[in-house]
Amino acid sequence: MKTANLSLTQQFLTSDFWYHFKHNKVAIFSAIIFFILVILALFAPLIAPFDPYNLQTLDIMDSELPPIWQEGSDSRFLFGTDDQGRDLWSTILYGMRVSLLIGILAVLLQGLIGITIGLVSGYVGGKTDSLLMRIADVQLSFSTLMVAIIILAIVQSAFGSDAFNKWAMVILILIIGLAEWPQIARTVRSSVLAEKGKEYVDAAKVMGFGSMRIMFKHILPNTLSPIFVISTVQIANAIITEASLSFLGLGMPVTEPSLGSLISIGKQYLFSGAWWITLIPGAFLVILVMVINLLGDFLRDTFNPKLYKG
Amino acid sequence: MLQFLFKRLLQAAIVMLIISLLSFSIKDKLGDPLREMTGMSVSTAEREMLRKKMGLNDPFLVQYGRFVKKALHGDLGTSYFHKLPTMTVILKKLPATLELTFAATLIIIFTSIPLGVMAAIKPNHWFSKLIMAFSIIGISIPVFVTALALIYVFSVKLGWMPSFGRGETVHLFGYWDTNFLSKDGIMHIIMPAIALSSIMVPLFIRLVRAEMLEELSSEYVKFARAKGLSRTKVYFKHALKNTMLPVITVGGVQIGIMVAYTILTESVFQWPGMGFMFLEAVNRSDIPLIVAYIMFVGFLFVLVNTLVDLLYGIINPTVNLLGKGQ
Repeated sequence: MKTANLSLTQQFLTSDFWYHFKHNKVAIFSAIIFFILVILALFAPLIAPFDPYNLQTLDIMDSELPPIWQEGSDSRFLFGTDDQGRDLWSTILYGMRVSLLIGILAVLLQGLIGITIGLVSGYVGGKTDSLLMRIADVQLSFSTLMVAIIILAIVQSAFGSDAFNKWAMVILILIIGLAEWPQIARTVRSSVLAEKGKEYVDAAKVMGFGSMRIMFKHILPNTLSPIFVISTVQIANAIITEASLSFLGLGMPVTEPSLGSLISIGKQYLFSGAWWITLIPGAFLVILVMVINLLGDFLRDTFNPKLYKG
Repeated sequence: MLQFLFKRLLQAAIVMLIISLLSFSIKDKLGDPLREMTGMSVSTAEREMLRKKMGLNDPFLVQYGRFVKKALHGDLGTSYFHKLPTMTVILKKLPATLELTFAATLIIIFTSIPLGVMAAIKPNHWFSKLIMAFSIIGISIPVFVTALALIYVFSVKLGWMPSFGRGETVHLFGYWDTNFLSKDGIMHIIMPAIALSSIMVPLFIRLVRAEMLEELSSEYVKFARAKGLSRTKVYFKHALKNTMLPVITVGGVQIGIMVAYTILTESVFQWPGMGFMFLEAVNRSDIPLIVAYIMFVGFLFVLVNTLVDLLYGIINPTVNLLGKGQ
């Protein structure tokens, strides 16, 4: 095999991963939807017909207009408007941006903590390992949502809602990131335990490399695929957690709404028949989370690291 | 076994200690009982007198000790808003939440086990594929979206179901109000219970299916089939029994986690349970009630987890209780 001579793209195109991907319709479909959503979110300021943060463009006369396929709609507003006359489509684009950003940054934080603790725990072993894993067990036994709700409630009453709203995004990322590290730490640890006994690690030790170098430069690259799989699922979970918190009024403020806050704004208009303010952002949230979950499923089947049986 | 019991109880005690320490710091930092007790007219000197009398100037640890001592007697302070002992408020709201959780658990048991077994026995049947597709969709729909969609379809559009509150309840034993004994009560609990179970059912379907598949590929199932036992007997009498063990343990922990989801469900359906009460307490900055809720729910979590662990040790003698020899 001349793998070494092939360019990166060629390597990718001949890989098993690409082969499986090409033959999996669900995976292709989810990947396409996912990229469309990401691009929509990324370029929200360019795509959105209105700026939902600019209060001056709002006209109260436009409030609660239905989506364009319903009677009494206005052709300017694809998905109708909310109670303040904000264009729902623009607000959803911006909201998705916030949701994705929080989800991805929170998982990056989880990864940072989880990988470090998992590597140390698996590599060092002994007392350090059992202490760290005990802490992980205890933390996992409390539901993240519960812990996040309680912490956010306290932070909100401690600093007042003005200060809270200003820092809401940072606080959400920190809390979701800190609460879910054990998921990744456990996965990393079990892969490290499997890798530790292999010859290349012994060779590296004999050559006199330090533990840090062996852990991060030699073992870590070999544990990446399970990390990759679990991170995908974790992003979906983080987005749901963020949406739930915002829905309860403990997350993103209505002035800078995520999908969860949008759904919560529309909740009270459900009874007056203005279903679109709630259910259209809800549908976007579900589709976003679902394609990420489907991709995660595909990745797990492809890499098959037996995540749930370790 | 005794050593395991001791270890597990010690861990539970440490966790409870940490929770109480956190709760007390919140109370200490955020709640000023004097502000609530006295009006504007009380002078600074009088306030200082009162502070001394109530022991608010004592060192942190002394005050914490007093807090724990009171907590052990079930006294977690008085709610600012309700003007009642917080435990009384929580216990009054507890039945509503427990009944909701119970109804959701029933739905989970009676849907996920048959569906999961079906998906495992006939993996290529179109219905099994439908079940698995449903389970991945179900995992992706947050509880509150399910709840709002249910309300829109069945309450607003069709007008079949009530959309909020507990409805008519029947009073039992002078304390417990139940939803299960009147038609109105049952109508009111159906939608919240479905919404609450909606996040768990897909998880359990997958769990039951995975465990069942594992059992089906084991030697004893093959042997029983080779011996000529009927399929139904092998599946339901032998394999299913062994599937239940992991399902029960995971289930125990998940039911604890459901407490978090009750907050969401209760807030959508305005179900007068503990979760709804907690959100109201947050909005009113009712610090003692928030602290009491944290202590109570923390205790519930620790209790359920410890019991499930102990139960697992008893049911499954092969489990390596002390983690030795690994």
